[in-house]
Amino acid sequence: MKQRLVVIGAGMASGRVLETLTDNAPDAFDITLFNAEPRGNYNRIMLSPVLSGEKTYDEIVTHDDAWYAERGVACRFGEKVAKIDREMKVVEGEKGHVPYDKLVIATGSNPFIIPLPGHDLDGVIAYRDLEDTQQMMGMGPDNKVVVIGGGLLGLEAAAGMAAHGVDVTVVHIMGHLMERQLDEAAGYLLKKSLEEKGIKICLQANSKEILGQDGKVRALLLEDGTELPCDLLVMAVGIRPNTTLAQEAGLATGRGIHVDDQMLTSDPDVYAVGECVEHDGAVFGLVAPLYDQAKVAAQALMEQDAAFVQKTLSTKLKVTGCDLFSAGDFADGPGREDIVFRDPSRGVYKRLVIEEDRLVGAVMYGDTADGSWFFGLIKDGTNIDEMRETLIFGPAYQGGDTADPLSAVAALPPEAEICGCNGVCKGEIVAAITAGAGDLGAVRASTKASASCGTCTGLVEQLLQVTLGDEFQMPAAQPVCGCTDLTHEDVRRLIKGQELKSQAAVWQELGWTTPNGCHICRPAINYYLLADWPLEYQDDPQSRFVNERKHANIQKDGTFSVVPRIWGGITTPDELRAIADAADKYDVPTVKVTGGQRIDLLGVKGEDLPAIWSDLNDAGLVSGHAYSKGLRTVKTCVGTDHCRFGTQDSTGLGIKLEKTLWGSWTPHKLKLAVSGCPRNCAEATCKDIGVVCVDSGYQISIGGAAGMDVKETELLCQVPTEDEAIEVVMAVTQAYREGGKYLDRLYKWLGKVGMDWVKAQVVEDLDNRAALVARFELSQSIYRKDPWAEHVRDKAKTYAPIADFTLEAAE
Amino acid sequence: MSWIDIGSLDDVPLRGARLVKTHIGCIAVFRTAEAEVFAATNSCPHKGGPLSEGIVHGQSVTCPLHNWVFDLNTGQAQVADEGRIDTYPVRVEDGRILLDDSAVTRRSAA
Repeated sequence: MKQRLVVIGAGMASGRVLETLTDNAPDAFDITLFNAEPRGNYNRIMLSPVLSGEKTYDEIVTHDDAWYAERGVACRFGEKVAKIDREMKVVEGEKGHVPYDKLVIATGSNPFIIPLPGHDLDGVIAYRDLEDTQQMMGMGPDNKVVVIGGGLLGLEAAAGMAAHGVDVTVVHIMGHLMERQLDEAAGYLLKKSLEEKGIKICLQANSKEILGQDGKVRALLLEDGTELPCDLLVMAVGIRPNTTLAQEAGLATGRGIHVDDQMLTSDPDVYAVGECVEHDGAVFGLVAPLYDQAKVAAQALMEQDAAFVQKTLSTKLKVTGCDLFSAGDFADGPGREDIVFRDPSRGVYKRLVIEEDRLVGAVMYGDTADGSWFFGLIKDGTNIDEMRETLIFGPAYQGGDTADPLSAVAALPPEAEICGCNGVCKGEIVAAITAGAGDLGAVRASTKASASCGTCTGLVEQLLQVTLGDEFQMPAAQPVCGCTDLTHEDVRRLIKGQELKSQAAVWQELGWTTPNGCHICRPAINYYLLADWPLEYQDDPQSRFVNERKHANIQKDGTFSVVPRIWGGITTPDELRAIADAADKYDVPTVKVTGGQRIDLLGVKGEDLPAIWSDLNDAGLVSGHAYSKGLRTVKTCVGTDHCRFGTQDSTGLGIKLEKTLWGSWTPHKLKLAVSGCPRNCAEATCKDIGVVCVDSGYQISIGGAAGMDVKETELLCQVPTEDEAIEVVMAVTQAYREGGKYLDRLYKWLGKVGMDWVKAQVVEDLDNRAALVARFELSQSIYRKDPWAEHVRDKAKTYAPIADFTLEAAE
Repeated sequence: MSWIDIGSLDDVPLRGARLVKTHIGCIAVFRTAEAEVFAATNSCPHKGGPLSEGIVHGQSVTCPLHNWVFDLNTGQAQVADEGRIDTYPVRVEDGRILLDDSAVTRRSAA
């Protein structure tokens, strides 16, 4: 006798169940199929090609009416199921009851709608079904659309609409696109390709409210006040398993409907498959595991042995021209290591994650030809120890015998392009070398290889070594750190030349060998970016040494020192009282007068920093930046106010300079002093920049130091007025900021560029001086502010532990 | 093994860390990628530097006092330096950070 099978939901998973069942046991069941949508099964993952116009709806229908008729499936499409009565074993549809012996629940998932104000306006949709797709297809070149969500689905929706000329903006809350499948570098490349397709992308953007007019969506308002006008707003922020029916029927559910390895729910006659289920703590959104589940459920229904096993998954984005691949696992685990390969000229990025000699994850962008090979290695758990050195170059380079780091270059075919800028391939370079070009300069001269952006310099040098063997000595230029072969100077030049405006851009375009740098390069790159692109680049606290991140100096016991700014060394009784009160209130063990004419409170606990700053702020005191690679103090003597020798108002000028320069970041610390006469009581001639007042004006000298090296300043110029003195100091500071190597004091920079060059830039060429001053002022419009007040306001809680278990009552 | 919810993933900056205080010492929780966290003792075996204040890169952290670098998978100091920090099981679920309770409570004497 035939059993009665009822299936709720005609989606991809249940479609596969029906296929397997009717193919293998056509006479076993009388099947009834409910579907709330008024149609049968279509290939939902192909909606994106439908949206972009690459396919039609008819082409993605997997089961048409004839198919169901042929297989004798009774279809109840467009009819919602009201209830499952497990006791009576009956499914209650809107148009009548259907009894079952076995039941398959495949209710899928619901798109998650963020409950923003305005989410119920007309024109706010998800991206889930054919109706949504059709709404998006109704948009044209005159329309604006905002997509919330920079994941797989959101980007496919955005790209699909952009292909029709729609003005699309993607709003994503995280720092890079598709953060669940991609790392930052691949996310950066993806963003770049999508932007080339005309899609605007806002990262780290928090949506605040959906604005409407006459009940219809008008714009999306972001937290930062930006308003993005739109005719349609698509939310593609994720899915939630649809468990309502199962839950109401009393089946065990968590995030999804609980199923065992046979896809059986807590009821022995009820199975569940697809996006509605939770198996061993996991829920599912990609198609491959759904098909596996369907097969297992069908086999279980046919009383065959089968078990569902969760497998490693791979992801590809269905957007033409965005070639990305992601597979496996990047999450934590002991003993992981990375292999990173970047080819900036081709926009290629590959990263492999290895654990115990096995590949566990792979991310690729730009060249994904080897994706399935890597995916195979991941799935099979192949031991890759033997091919580790050349693994990242893919299957074409395997089977060799060498573990020579040069072998990859040696293995490149002659037509492989080495220099992307000048289109020079390996064969030409090797020919030039064999014809006598014995060093980098000669290769550049004869082939132009590495003569433009310079990023292939390392490759050219490796070719020299491969071709000449021991005759070629690799040059000993000092790279920034182990993450790159480029020098600081190269990196600065390339950041400006290639207009690199984010760390991810630097890592990718300059071929960093690590996923995100190290403690040596990160602070340097962060500085170069903020110095060169003050408006575009946002300072990254996580790339700063603790002192600059926490705006206090860490001490050897982990406490901090706090130094309020005392402008030009001039203070008041009220300020002193506030400092004394703070020292008392926060149990400061040591109070010290510094060499820079201010007061150091040593031994403040990290957690107390926001509170002590807040108290000091209340008294008008701000950060003294005693911790920064930036302006420290401007030391002064009392000048004409009190001193019988003083020639100018040195304290006044000191205060003005400090108020002009404070908050600015420089390659290393910057100390200034102003002395009121050549007796030089402020010791201005051993500062980075010193001003010595004379009767006829101001002598400005630079390049002094009193640290590991002791240097006397060299005279830059003498100017007649205070205003001009301030201008010259700003211009010199900006020139140092723009050209200095990170952690070079000003005197080291001066030694490299020479005093004549500096004089030409800031003394003789007045237009250039004005331009330097303007660029300094532009940067200061961002950075001339009190970081203490900012942290008290926005970041105070980050100074406290995230959790404190010592506060709980003792056991 | 039981898991304790110690806070939201968003409360730990990307490539940053936060501190968890316990009766058996301070634990640093590091966020190395969008959804990747590690937990280890906060104290550097060299001179006790607070590792939660260090620069986080790849799956490593650099001590802010003397630049010792630790692999957060194993707790091992990078070669040239010799030492190890204790690491603790930690995971992310639905945007929450879950720490193994062995990290915060005294181990039983069993």
